[in-house]
Amino acid sequence: MTLVDVTAVVLWLGVTTYAVFGGADFGAGFWDLASGRGEQAERSRALIAAAIGPVWEANHTWLIFDLVILWTAFPVAFAAIMSSLFVPLCLAAVGIVLRGSAFAFRPVVGTGAGRWITTAIFAASSVVTPFFLGAAGGGIASGRVSLDPSGGDLLGSWVNPTSILVGLMAVAVCAYLAAVFLVADARRLGETDLADLFLRRARAVALVTGGLMVIGIVVLARDAPVLANELTGRGWPLVVAGLLLGAAALAAIGQRAPFGTRPLAVGAVVAVIWGWGVAQYPDILPRTLSLASAAAPTGSLGSLLVVFVAAALAIAPSLVLLFTLTQRNRLAGHGPQAVADPATRID
Amino acid sequence: VIPALGLLAVDPGELVAARSQMAFTLGFHIILACLGVGLPTLVLIANGIGLRRRDPIALLLARRWSLVMAVTFAVGAVTGTVLSFEMGLLWPVLMGRFGGAFGIPFAIEGLFFFLEAIFIAIYIYGWDRLSPRAHLASGIPVALAGLGGTFSVIAANSWMNQPAGFVLGPDGRVAAVDALAVIFNRATWYEVPHMFLAAYLVTGFLLASVYAVGLLRGHRDRYVRLGFAIPFVVAALAAPIQVTVGDFAARAIFEDQPAKFAAMELITRTGPNQPVTIGGVLVGDQVVGGVAIPNLGSILAGFSPDVGITGFDEIPIDQRPPATIVHLAWDTMVGIGTALVILGLWGLVLRLRHRDHATARWFLRGAAIAGIGSIVALESGWIVTEVGRQPWVVYLVLRTSDAVSQSGGIRFTFATVIGLYAVLGIATLVILRTMSRRWAAADLAAGGRDTAELADHGEEHVPYGPHGDR
Repeated sequence: MTLVDVTAVVLWLGVTTYAVFGGADFGAGFWDLASGRGEQAERSRALIAAAIGPVWEANHTWLIFDLVILWTAFPVAFAAIMSSLFVPLCLAAVGIVLRGSAFAFRPVVGTGAGRWITTAIFAASSVVTPFFLGAAGGGIASGRVSLDPSGGDLLGSWVNPTSILVGLMAVAVCAYLAAVFLVADARRLGETDLADLFLRRARAVALVTGGLMVIGIVVLARDAPVLANELTGRGWPLVVAGLLLGAAALAAIGQRAPFGTRPLAVGAVVAVIWGWGVAQYPDILPRTLSLASAAAPTGSLGSLLVVFVAAALAIAPSLVLLFTLTQRNRLAGHGPQAVADPATRID
Repeated sequence: VIPALGLLAVDPGELVAARSQMAFTLGFHIILACLGVGLPTLVLIANGIGLRRRDPIALLLARRWSLVMAVTFAVGAVTGTVLSFEMGLLWPVLMGRFGGAFGIPFAIEGLFFFLEAIFIAIYIYGWDRLSPRAHLASGIPVALAGLGGTFSVIAANSWMNQPAGFVLGPDGRVAAVDALAVIFNRATWYEVPHMFLAAYLVTGFLLASVYAVGLLRGHRDRYVRLGFAIPFVVAALAAPIQVTVGDFAARAIFEDQPAKFAAMELITRTGPNQPVTIGGVLVGDQVVGGVAIPNLGSILAGFSPDVGITGFDEIPIDQRPPATIVHLAWDTMVGIGTALVILGLWGLVLRLRHRDHATARWFLRGAAIAGIGSIVALESGWIVTEVGRQPWVVYLVLRTSDAVSQSGGIRFTFATVIGLYAVLGIATLVILRTMSRRWAAADLAAGGRDTAELADHGEEHVPYGPHGDR
């Protein structure tokens, strides 16, 4: 394995982690939107706020990590991606701003129109942001990123069958992961009816995701035959693993044994993402730019790896601490609102 | 040759829009970034005082400030993300050619930001749930990571001013990189401490100004006094150090970036005996208006009137920054910085004479505007650094006009960003105002904020009451 390969693996690990943890947060926003009105809906929202409140900023940081690794390690690819996918990435950035600020403001604004507005903004941006990020990913995977300084076809790069499919799959996968995570969170907080609700939702969205995958095989074969070939060629064990793990997770949900579902669901998503990575290797932009020719000098990659090791040593135990404290209810579930106003605290 | 790195004719309107958007979003984010560095320290000081002296009022301040910190950190996290996107969306040539060098400090920043995000969550959500000591300890990494993050980002900016640690290949891309030379470039040594101090200065004076207004309105209970004293003392300590560091930085710029220095001081003709011009604008090759203090420019630059300074006559016209903007921003920063030092000394004199700060109305009026003033100084300083570097994005290596995106549509994104950030800025202020009013109402309902009364309904106000440690 060359230094370039190692760096690519680090980048892909970062992308995978963002997809899983950032994705689960986006999906929680999806369920916030889909919850509708009523007493149970409000309890769902409270559960979602409690589940992602302490962790969303840390989870969001993976995106920064990925951008930084990409522009330092593969600067030419970063420049080309940002130029060609200018539109969906601008829209994703707007979605990120709206989502984070609305979520932070929501606990403060009380119960009137302000709450309604922040909820709508938070939830809607939680759905559109992963769509645009997925559409950008579809543009990369289907070889639509141009090295031309003008960015090439700025519309076709993300308005195409593969991009639309990957965008929709991103939304579905986020919703699926979130539902699976929220089942466990609801059980932990003793909200059994919500646990059942999210079980049903997880099962429903798992079927939607599976359906999208079947459609995806047809779409990819027609729209991105090279990617389809490589996915079924070199990438097939991972794709099959993804399907098996997804099915196993579905079965586990059917058995109402939610404790095995989290690793299975995560495993399914990880397998599919690595299937894409393996299929695309050794190109960073399929048929356009190889990892090796996009890579920064050895000095850059070496120092990135040093930073990565330091980060792993410092961040991994900190993240474990954060997740452990959250899972053991040692952090106030209702967060700033509860801290600000002890009267509303739910203990 | 990779075509993405090629140079095409750039639409000048797009360049102006890209520069404006970057300046606007950075100028917005820099305030939140300063709060992200300064607030954790102030919160920890209040928290530490509260635990050490068993002072419920200090703990109440710490708790409330930490909630302000939660809001500003969240907004700062998203505006910081926008900047990450903009690096590529607006400046793909800069990133494509120099990402391998320029990106390294940002990778380090990512590490610190991660730690900050993790521990800020533990601290904010840990009130009442963690033991007081563990809770206080969980805040320390937040304060330290803020400094680490600032160091990294400012090291990247310093590199743009004093690029080092790379070799350019024939295709214009960075071909070899020495990471340590990139990070510790010539400008890192003065830019980084200047920004550290700016963060404490801005946060301290801004927070103190809120309580100065309260004192002016006659709210003189201990809560308001302590709320004023903690941030004011921190900022007043930072101010004189900041002016000293700034003086060193200016001399370094005199050595390192003559065009920027000429713009700062409006030097038109090369030679000794240069004045300091306060105010004034450059019209053609002439300085119009302003008050000139003879020889002071040369003395400040090299401790002697005989020290020669390069003027615009020796700088090619296509390598000059827009002098008037840089000069006026420089004067504004120095003027406000000096005034803030005087304000701090005034506070010290009152203290030495055993006067009550709460009744010194002119002092409080000064403190009340010092918050806004320190933000104006911060923005002015950033303008001096960034506009003074023009027309280069990487000093003497890459022109800003050659780095800009050619995707088209930046005029549109700039307009969108102005609208979006206007809403975001107003919403943030409204949210902070709502929190403040709600707290004031709660305190009023509880019958005041004096210690004796607090003890009666301590459970509601004291983070670590009898039932606090759960």
